[in-house]
Amino acid sequence: MISNYYFINVIRFSLLILVQVLVFNRLNFFGFINPMVYILFLYWYPIKQNRAAFIALSFLLGLCIDFFSDTMAINAAATVTIAYLRPAIMRFVFGVNYEFQSFKLGNATRVQQFTFLALLIVVHHFVFFTLEIFSFANFLLILKKVFAISLATLILCLLFGSLFSVKKE
Amino acid sequence: MQQIINFVLRYKNFILYLFLMILSLGFTIQSHSYHQSSFFNSSSWVAGNIYQTSYGITSYFKLGQENEKLVEENKQLRLALFNKIEKDSIELDSVQLRYTVNSGEVIKNNYAYPRNYITINKGENDSIKPDMGVITSKGILGIVENTSNNFATVQSILNEKSNINAKLKNTNHFGSLVWNTRTFNTVQLVDIPRLVPLVIGDTIVTGGMSSIFPENIPIGTIKKFDLNDSKSFWNIEIALFNDMTNIKNVYIVNNVNKKEILDLQIETEKND
Repeated sequence: MISNYYFINVIRFSLLILVQVLVFNRLNFFGFINPMVYILFLYWYPIKQNRAAFIALSFLLGLCIDFFSDTMAINAAATVTIAYLRPAIMRFVFGVNYEFQSFKLGNATRVQQFTFLALLIVVHHFVFFTLEIFSFANFLLILKKVFAISLATLILCLLFGSLFSVKKE
Repeated sequence: MQQIINFVLRYKNFILYLFLMILSLGFTIQSHSYHQSSFFNSSSWVAGNIYQTSYGITSYFKLGQENEKLVEENKQLRLALFNKIEKDSIELDSVQLRYTVNSGEVIKNNYAYPRNYITINKGENDSIKPDMGVITSKGILGIVENTSNNFATVQSILNEKSNINAKLKNTNHFGSLVWNTRTFNTVQLVDIPRLVPLVIGDTIVTGGMSSIFPENIPIGTIKKFDLNDSKSFWNIEIALFNDMTNIKNVYIVNNVNKKEILDLQIETEKND
């Protein structure tokens, strides 16, 4: 059972990197929209796991994406930020329920799942584009990019989420 | 001591986060101020081979278009060859060559970021080295930045760090070619003085001041121009000849005399 868990996460990790790098980084919708679907890894990752390992793993995920897309270490910085903030976001979205041992993402309501995913994406993209553009003179440009690309990422993540939904156990 | 250990244990996640964040910011800022990091780039063996495999699959879809481009270029080269004025019997042998040319294929192309890099499938094994120029049959593309054994990353002209010497074809006034990160089909030419007469549609080519590109490689045409803030220089918008979203075959140009030129320049500056 446990090895199965690791197995699924390793497969997910590598498949998400490949899909991100080979498909979504080349989308260039309207010339600048490249959705970042690899955030789904952080959305799907089991809740009751070692937190330090989760942060380290997210860092590795971001770094792998950076490695392929020549973006220095921006993806790593953004991903490690949402990995660290994930418990706080969950507490905000799911309330005290999330502290219980029996809590599963699949049992939460649709609205809660949606809000959780959206918050992860918006925080990630905000950190990402702030670092990428790296000047507050272009704050409007940052906001525009965060808005447009978050929307695209959200739609694609929801589609992927319903395609490969986490089984209710 | 006990308390320090307790503190570390209590905040270990935060400390880990802080450490990783500083690490990634360090990598990012280091390459902001200087070159692309020589470690985090897609010319590495793993990334290069994955892109190469994917290129092997997708490259078939655009073969028709690519053939037309190459035939068009061949036509121009034939035209130049047939109309060449016969010189005296001086043959070009490799000693007299000023530039050597290598061919390559783009296996990864970006144009949606402020700093775009292109990966090509030629590397040190094909004697590609950093700071060689990369062009296509239509115009310039960028400068080689990092190389591995079989791959190289190219700093595209669509990169805010890019700065290339360019000139007006008909008047020879030169300026710097930069990119304001906004649209992928226009770049900007700055530092052309106000007294230079400009016409929309004028051709811009690479200048002779660069030790990277040969002179007169096409870049684009003037789309729009206005005066900059100080009212003494033109800001010129250039529509590129290259379609930066659709590039496959490229040529890597090497200036054989580059080392000599650079050494001479360094020595001159030292003597000042």
